[in-house]
Amino acid sequence: MFNRRTGVLITALASGTTVGLGLAISGMNNTERVLGFLDLAGQWDPTLAFVMGSGLVVAFIGFKFVLKNSAPLFADAFSIPTRTDIDKALVIGAILFGAGWALVGYCPGPAIAGLSYGYSAPLLFVATMIAGLLLAKRVGKLL
Amino acid sequence: MHPFIYATIGGALLGIAAVMMMGLKGRIAGVSGILTGTLTESGSERLWRVLFIVGIVIGGAIPALLSTDFRPPAPEAGTLLIIVGGLLVGLGTGLGSGCTTGHGICGIARLSPRSVVATCIFMGAAFLSVYLLRHILGV
Repeated sequence: MFNRRTGVLITALASGTTVGLGLAISGMNNTERVLGFLDLAGQWDPTLAFVMGSGLVVAFIGFKFVLKNSAPLFADAFSIPTRTDIDKALVIGAILFGAGWALVGYCPGPAIAGLSYGYSAPLLFVATMIAGLLLAKRVGKLL
Repeated sequence: MHPFIYATIGGALLGIAAVMMMGLKGRIAGVSGILTGTLTESGSERLWRVLFIVGIVIGGAIPALLSTDFRPPAPEAGTLLIIVGGLLVGLGTGLGSGCTTGHGICGIARLSPRSVVATCIFMGAAFLSVYLLRHILGV
């Protein structure tokens, strides 16, 4: 078997690749389909509800199993967020994210996966998204 | 196959990716959080995050190489919308500590109140924004 460090790197690459496959197969990478799902008042396309539904069921059951272990296989402990407060940053952030998602049809995963199709839009989107993530570090301190 | 079946298979893969990351590394497989870490962490803490992001690109490419059905059309949005959209998505997921994967799948699956609230808000904001854009402003 390989050591822990190698295990983490293989885990990350495998998990990321599985995310990319899931996004591509499900239709989440198709901005037209995403906007069709978000357009309740138009010709509503419910397809993406199945993505979230099945993702949640698998993650819910899977987490139950793996969290029974005392620690993950390649780390000393689970790093799970412990906060439960609903603060201003969470609410404002979620509103801004939802609005931005609606403008193009990209959330972070599909925009990154979209880099593989040779279009300029995902490239520009990911660049400005990274700028936004860095900006959030500063804005977060003001809230 | 019907799009619903592809959506269900794809969704299950997102769930499997989340369980893999949790069971092996003990982390939430949230795309916005891990992307932020590629900019703020260093050394091996940066390297695994970079590999996760590279994996998303590879995983996105494979189905499209096998069948053109999986190659999505380019987004219709113009340059201005893409710039503003990217900034808002980055700023929003940064402030709100997560996106569709981190809050929407991982967070709700572990019944985190913050994630349930965040997901309801960003879904609501997205539905409302598309309504305003398409049916009121006619963009």
